[in-house]
Amino acid sequence: MPDLKTEEMVVQMGPQHPATHGVLRLEITTDGEIVKKIDPHIGYLHRCFEKHCEVLNYHQIIPFVDRCDYLAAMNNEHGYVMAVEKLLDIELPPRVEYIRVIMSELNRIASHLVALGTFGLDIGAITPFLFTFRDREKILDLFEMTSGARLLYNYIWIGGVAFDLPNGFVEKCFEFIDYFLPKLKEYDDLLSYNKIFIARTAKVAIIPPAVAIEWGITGPNLRASGVDWDLRRDEPYSIYDKFDWDVIVADGRVGVLGDSWSRYYVRVLEMEQSANIVKQALEGLPSDENVKSAVPRKVKTKEGSVFFRSENPRGELGFYIISDGSDIPHRLKMRSPAFCNLSAISDIGEGLLISDLVALLGSIDIVLGEIDR
Amino acid sequence: MLTDIAIIITKIMIVIGGTFTAVAYLILAERKVAGFVQERYGPNRVGIWGLLQPIADGVKTMLKEDITPAKANRIIYHLAPAMVLAPALVTFAVVPFGSGIDAFGRHIAFQIADINIGILFIFAITSIGVYGVVLGGWSSNNKYSLLGGVRSSAQMISYELALGLSVVGILLLTGSLRLNDIVEAQIGMWNVFRQPVAFMIFLVAVFAETNRLPFDLAESEQELIAGYHIEYSGFKYSMFMLGEYSNIITASALIVTLFFGGWTVPFIDVTKLGHLGAFLSVVSFAVKTGFFLFLYLWVRWTLPRFRYDQLMHLGWKILLPLALLNLLFTAAWITYV
Repeated sequence: MPDLKTEEMVVQMGPQHPATHGVLRLEITTDGEIVKKIDPHIGYLHRCFEKHCEVLNYHQIIPFVDRCDYLAAMNNEHGYVMAVEKLLDIELPPRVEYIRVIMSELNRIASHLVALGTFGLDIGAITPFLFTFRDREKILDLFEMTSGARLLYNYIWIGGVAFDLPNGFVEKCFEFIDYFLPKLKEYDDLLSYNKIFIARTAKVAIIPPAVAIEWGITGPNLRASGVDWDLRRDEPYSIYDKFDWDVIVADGRVGVLGDSWSRYYVRVLEMEQSANIVKQALEGLPSDENVKSAVPRKVKTKEGSVFFRSENPRGELGFYIISDGSDIPHRLKMRSPAFCNLSAISDIGEGLLISDLVALLGSIDIVLGEIDR
Repeated sequence: MLTDIAIIITKIMIVIGGTFTAVAYLILAERKVAGFVQERYGPNRVGIWGLLQPIADGVKTMLKEDITPAKANRIIYHLAPAMVLAPALVTFAVVPFGSGIDAFGRHIAFQIADINIGILFIFAITSIGVYGVVLGGWSSNNKYSLLGGVRSSAQMISYELALGLSVVGILLLTGSLRLNDIVEAQIGMWNVFRQPVAFMIFLVAVFAETNRLPFDLAESEQELIAGYHIEYSGFKYSMFMLGEYSNIITASALIVTLFFGGWTVPFIDVTKLGHLGAFLSVVSFAVKTGFFLFLYLWVRWTLPRFRYDQLMHLGWKILLPLALLNLLFTAAWITYV
């Protein structure tokens, strides 16, 4: 039939779509089920974070940093306060460092759990989502014990933390680690090595190492492409050099390097390492000290600028602060890992099936709060 | 004459009533099983153990606003839910759900219509069900529902072949298309032991036919949001759901009838036990069907979803050749052994 008119269809995926993990809109041009072109539109969750920072003093910015990456608020706070501390040259009590590492790594586990659960959901497996949230709940309980909040903590302060660890926290945290490590096997049985799951994710949406570096992809997504890079080891900050742990790099064991399955599985293994770090930190936790001894009453910075980057569950989180000497930053720029990770999809996603695009989007684990800021 | 009509009407009412009740409680069971699998409670607010939940759900959907998209093809849009639900219910007409009793001076079979081409009838009717899905997807005039409809049609065509061919082996063994003959031929030896390969193919194919996970591509939530029924609301949406669950019940009943001896009870000849035997046969049928219903729910809450092309691959390149080989082997067996 030569007269039959065929044309490409433009499908608006989002901003309200289950697979876009928030309010992302992908304008995709499709030929049947094949994606020809992806045009991501962001900004639905833009809250003028950086502009707000120009009128708030350094302490007041911490709650705003929480709200950027709401799934890893502790890690965000940790990155931000370290940037400010670098500007101020503050010497921290060792107990503070330990508490911060414990919180950051617990939050990394919690964030990865959400990533795994929602990725499973994207592939159509509903139950792993409930299982990961069941375990995440235990971490949130620990956070609630310490900071009083379950999502946005405002716990890590410049020069210290808001409260010392409550009574019974250490025991409860050990209990959690003992409970959690065997659960990783459960995820493997239920999802990671499921035949259909492997068929859906292995060799799908491959990001080669060179492309990953070109786009500035960082974090678990970069390591899934086989690049051995983790700021916690390669540019050690806080007290990460005191612990014995491994950087997880994918080996493409069921598919190839940089496929969706690798991106998923790097996170599973990373959770194990984070649990190890937490365990070591709990064992080495220095006895009681005043955790607020170094908190400055009024932040007095010297003129100048500072850039500090740390390893967020989604990649490298950078803060660039220009100070004019007052207690309010002149300019604060946040380097958002999820933004850079997301930017690669228009390149990687072309030619994929719609289902594969969903797998790609789920596996790079975006948080729109951080992309839009 | 009048007695016959009365008997038939009674049977129809029992089957329709039974199916609808079963559908209502299957939906509740789905949520309860999901809760069980996912370590949570499931509905437990309405009545004890949430037993009144189906009524609450029914009332809720009836009270919802019934939206018709402005650019929808109205006639087909309104017709599509019925086209899904009706075939699902009609199929059950030929499924024998018990051995039957002697009453009013005649033998009353526990089956609405005992036709001698039972299996063909079932395949013919279930094929109509796909029209509801495809037309519903198309007439909504929504891109996602269109993709869902297209997926669904491709899926049904690919799996119906394997489904049909897997049953031909049983036809060869039984020598009849009548479902009661097939059931009676299984006294002493279920077909699942005679035709294990055909059973596996049939099981996979009915999962695909009923659009259930891991084959629920037509509505795959994370890709197409809700697929073909994305624009439907209120009771029309409910009808799609009723159709889906009726299909599951019919499919389970078919699996039992074709492969697990239907209403027969192992080691007991129920036809010689009179009314007690008839009762036992219905219980046996219900228990077996119940098991497969549970299997449906169990699978749904455990497995991820296939991709469109993987589904096609499985249907055309694995199940179809396997079904043909099975058929060839069965034919050779019957001819030469």
